[in-house]
Amino acid sequence: MKVLVSVKRVIDYNVKVRVKADNTDVDLANVKMALNPFCEIAVEEAIRLKEAGIASEVVVASIGPKAVQEQLRTALALGADRAIQIECDDLPEPLNVAKLLARVVEAEQPGLTILGKQSIDVDNNQTGQMLAALTGRPQGTFASEVKVEGEKAMVTREVDCGLKTVELVLPAIVTTDLRLNEPRYAKLPDIMKAKRKPLEVKTPADLSVELKQHSRLLKVETPASRQAGIKVDSVDALVDKLKNEAKVI
Amino acid sequence: MSILLIAEHDNQTLNPGTLNALTAAQQIGGDITVLVAGSGCAAVADDAAKAAGVSNVLLADNPVYDKALAENLAALVVEQAAGFSHILAPAGTTGKDLMPRVAALLDVGQISEITAVESADTFKRPIYAGNAIATVQSLDEVKVITVRASAFDAAATEGSSAIVNAITTACDAGTSAFVSEEMAKSDRPDLASARVIISGGRGMGTGENFALLDSVADKLGAAIGASRAAVDAGFVSNDLQVGQTGKIVAPELYIAVGISGAIQHLAGMKESKVIVAINKDEEAPIFQIADYGLVADLFQALPELAEKL
Ligand SMILES: Cc1cc2nc3c(=O)[nH]c(=O)nc-3n(C[C@H](O)[C@H](O)[C@H](O)COP(=O)(O)OP(=O)(O)OC[C@H]3O[C@@H](n4cnc5c(N)ncnc54)[C@H](O)[C@@H]3O)c2cc1C
Repeated sequence: MKVLVSVKRVIDYNVKVRVKADNTDVDLANVKMALNPFCEIAVEEAIRLKEAGIASEVVVASIGPKAVQEQLRTALALGADRAIQIECDDLPEPLNVAKLLARVVEAEQPGLTILGKQSIDVDNNQTGQMLAALTGRPQGTFASEVKVEGEKAMVTREVDCGLKTVELVLPAIVTTDLRLNEPRYAKLPDIMKAKRKPLEVKTPADLSVELKQHSRLLKVETPASRQAGIKVDSVDALVDKLKNEAKVI
Repeated sequence: MSILLIAEHDNQTLNPGTLNALTAAQQIGGDITVLVAGSGCAAVADDAAKAAGVSNVLLADNPVYDKALAENLAALVVEQAAGFSHILAPAGTTGKDLMPRVAALLDVGQISEITAVESADTFKRPIYAGNAIATVQSLDEVKVITVRASAFDAAATEGSSAIVNAITTACDAGTSAFVSEEMAKSDRPDLASARVIISGGRGMGTGENFALLDSVADKLGAAIGASRAAVDAGFVSNDLQVGQTGKIVAPELYIAVGISGAIQHLAGMKESKVIVAINKDEEAPIFQIADYGLVADLFQALPELAEKL
């Protein structure tokens, strides 16, 4: 079984983003970029499936400008076998991403496609579900455990009131949650080896996908910031403030 | 304009998040139809029919909708979508699972987790863990939207007497099946709607130590929450995680104990009215947003707090 993973290049999770002075967007100039943490978990899961002898090949795809090749190389260093970049100027909206990935799914026929549940930049949480819709495949979103059993995958999902396990008929789409696994670090020799692994570049035209605009970003603002409050020096003082000043207890 | 609101429920009662999403629907304006899909869920439809501002209720009561499998529900929503300008759902895990699938089947985009309605096609939503607020205009004919419940007041549970119409079609994709669930049991208020929340982080040290939070929560009628680190360490279950990628809450009082205040945690609680932080490290970033900070060892502070409340 082939496993396809799609990954996204995003701001490093330790960096606090700034809004541009003209309020058109956030400022990503000279900001540290990284593999989206949920995508890292997706790559790790695919590699573990390969190590367990369940996956025969791990293909990783990313959509965006040339810079995303850096994240594809990271995934290759972690253990993916080959990579596909779909060249676009910007990072397209989720439905466009899903349409491009649907073509990759069509061509590669993976038994399992694994994506991060959300990217930590725009926090959309859409692409995996959209890809599942477009390919007519079942979806196991927000997964904290994936077990492949023959023609089926058992996926345990993190939901609002606990955990829910579903059985999906393969081929299927899975999106990762935080507790699916703990991703490994790439070792130096693997980083060197990754440079020689195949990386194919395609365009939306190659895949016969026409990108469409579904929304317009009108403005980006900094949220109203909270005033730092005061420090109290004892539990008594805290209780007093909550009762008599804030009046919340 | 005509809005289809997908109810979130457990076949018995309407999830409160649906009432918050109903307020967003009212702000968009137009007729509001609520779709209740489930199994043995007629009581939910009756509740929905009474909720303020609801003009119609569609009830799809069939075993294939029992566990809200997205494959089946999305097919049902798409089947019912004709004529609606907006399709809304609360941004709980059910809505997050379902709505992008609906949007893609309709060949439209989705606007996720809106926190304000600017006009019928323009909405605000937080991005980058809430460190920026985007104003986004949808260009699609049908607007598929999830609503961040904590950003809207709940609509009144009474006020309408809408007619309930039954849908008899059963959409069964046959590609997924429910196996089992582990539902967290708690007598405490639900995190999403609690007036007071007390959350523990890695500083709690062990799961057993969460009992220290319990004794304070008992006094305040509070819900218990946690940071990702506390969930990852296995102190508490995943449904308690507050943050960018967990639950978003905005109670009257949020007490963070042994939590450092990473941006991902703040994203889930910084809209709380009053924030209290208890941390032994006076440099902890959580103090930068706390209204009241107590630099103290939680193992001393919590028993004392429970006693003095
Ligand atoms: C993709 C991604 C998504 C994430 N999503 C979330 C999310 O949704 N929610 C979330 O919370 N995090 C999330 N995180 C994790 C986040 O970055 C932090 O790692 C996490 O919030 C830290 O949890 P913590 O504050 O409990 O632990 P720490 O940062 O380790 O802080 C522990 C605190 O406890 C204090 N302490 C220790 N002992 C005591 C004591 N005896 N008395 C008093 N204080 C004490 C310490 O001073 C310290 O400040 C995410 C991270 C990533 C990469």
